[in-house]
Amino acid sequence: MTRALINAPKTARRGEIVEIRAMLAHPMETGFRTGTMGKAIPRDIINRFVCTWNGEEIFSADLFPAIAANPYLAFTAVATESGTIAFAWTGDDGETRTAETEITVT
Amino acid sequence: MAGLATGAAALAAPRVLAQAPPHVAVVGGGFAGASAARALKRQGADIRVTLVEPKARYTACPFSNAVLAGLRDLDAQYFGYDGMKRDGIDVVAASATAIDAEARRLRLDDGSGLAFDRLILAPGIDLMLDAIPGYGASGAEVMPHAWQAGEQTALLRRQLEAMDDGGLVVIAAPANPFRCPPGPYERASLVAHYLKAHKPRSKLLILDAKDSFSKQRLFEEAWEQLYPGLIEWVSLSFGGRVTEVDAATKTLTTEFGSHQAAVANVIPPQRAGAIAAAAGVADRTGWCPIDSVTFESRLRPGIHVIGDAAIAGAMPKSAFSANAQAKACAAAVATLLAGGQPAAPKLINTCYSLAAPDYGISIAGVYEPREGLLAEVAGAGGVSPLDASADVRASEAAYAEAWFDTITGEVFG
Repeated sequence: MTRALINAPKTARRGEIVEIRAMLAHPMETGFRTGTMGKAIPRDIINRFVCTWNGEEIFSADLFPAIAANPYLAFTAVATESGTIAFAWTGDDGETRTAETEITVT
Repeated sequence: MAGLATGAAALAAPRVLAQAPPHVAVVGGGFAGASAARALKRQGADIRVTLVEPKARYTACPFSNAVLAGLRDLDAQYFGYDGMKRDGIDVVAASATAIDAEARRLRLDDGSGLAFDRLILAPGIDLMLDAIPGYGASGAEVMPHAWQAGEQTALLRRQLEAMDDGGLVVIAAPANPFRCPPGPYERASLVAHYLKAHKPRSKLLILDAKDSFSKQRLFEEAWEQLYPGLIEWVSLSFGGRVTEVDAATKTLTTEFGSHQAAVANVIPPQRAGAIAAAAGVADRTGWCPIDSVTFESRLRPGIHVIGDAAIAGAMPKSAFSANAQAKACAAAVATLLAGGQPAAPKLINTCYSLAAPDYGISIAGVYEPREGLLAEVAGAGGVSPLDASADVRASEAAYAEAWFDTITGEVFG
């Protein structure tokens, strides 16, 4: 199981700017390295990250081989309503890892 | 005498100046400064040496982790300066408050001044207590750093002794560069040794601002063998960097969560001792760029910087490094004062760490100037083997102790 770490405030005032952080443990293998016997190590990176707030996309990013292992993204959003902040990382292997957290907006 | 001097002054003065032995001032009486003062006196040439150090005794950091674990008395860490005085070194109990590199003059906190021909600055480190929000000087009284041995070491020891069984001990380790790279991990090991024997339900958490550390595989092997399940290391990537602390509740906040500790040891980021910045020898990094042959500052000629304060390339900030740099610097200073050209030095460092009282591991390196930096000589040095027998680990623990006795004997004895 890949480890994801997420951080967002549990509570916020309506209109407040909140910082959201997300890290996924991932080797981000570039595809440019060679392993034993000069054989190329196949590319294996997280290529897409999407964050939604109650289903609405508030932040997304395309990731490329130059991004370091264990990609860590921090961004801000305006707190509008209580609900779920959800995170999704999609890799070259086609798999999507997800995580979510609840926020109460008053 | 006065009448004679008046008549002869015009002719005699230059000759008298030429004959007066050159004066080297050394600021800082730790491993670097004390070693340099002694090396200068012992290298033979006629040089007057003054050591400027406000404290009457030095408290050594190596082996202070054993004090935390109750394996050693803090008194065993104290060293005085009587040996220096016996060597003919002038020991001045004052702090340098300002340095005028051009006038070649030090100002001391007792109001006096001190002229020098060359200055060796060995100010050690300053802990940036305010770099971690919520910490500061008052935070250090509650969550000790114990990274300058002495009262802080005793405080952390008392807290560990007073802690209930089952408590969480948190060590917050800083990003590179910092004093004693394996130190936080030796500390974790020896505190774990104490907890295992006296408070076996306790846990130890290392929150680290780095993704890797010195002798990592050896430490992790030792933790697995000696303290299974007791120590957890959280790396930078996994949210290990402490961004804020709350001293009142001993809470440490990271980028991804918070931890409430029963005992918290916060090791803050560091920079060269304050006098380095005041003298203009520290750069934007907070450390001091130096010439890799003479240790002369790249920013202020005539001032040499050694020990933890210097940017010494691949050499770690250790007592052994400080001692090696001090000897190389002393030789270079003596050569420069005699009008010669210093030769490129070869420097050695060895860092021993204890994972338990009878379990030592080490890393050794050889360094030489290359492209203006002190670079590691490939193929020299190395680390203790993995999967070594208990006998090997026990021997290294004994070597560690022998090293400490040898170096403190040489420097302060």
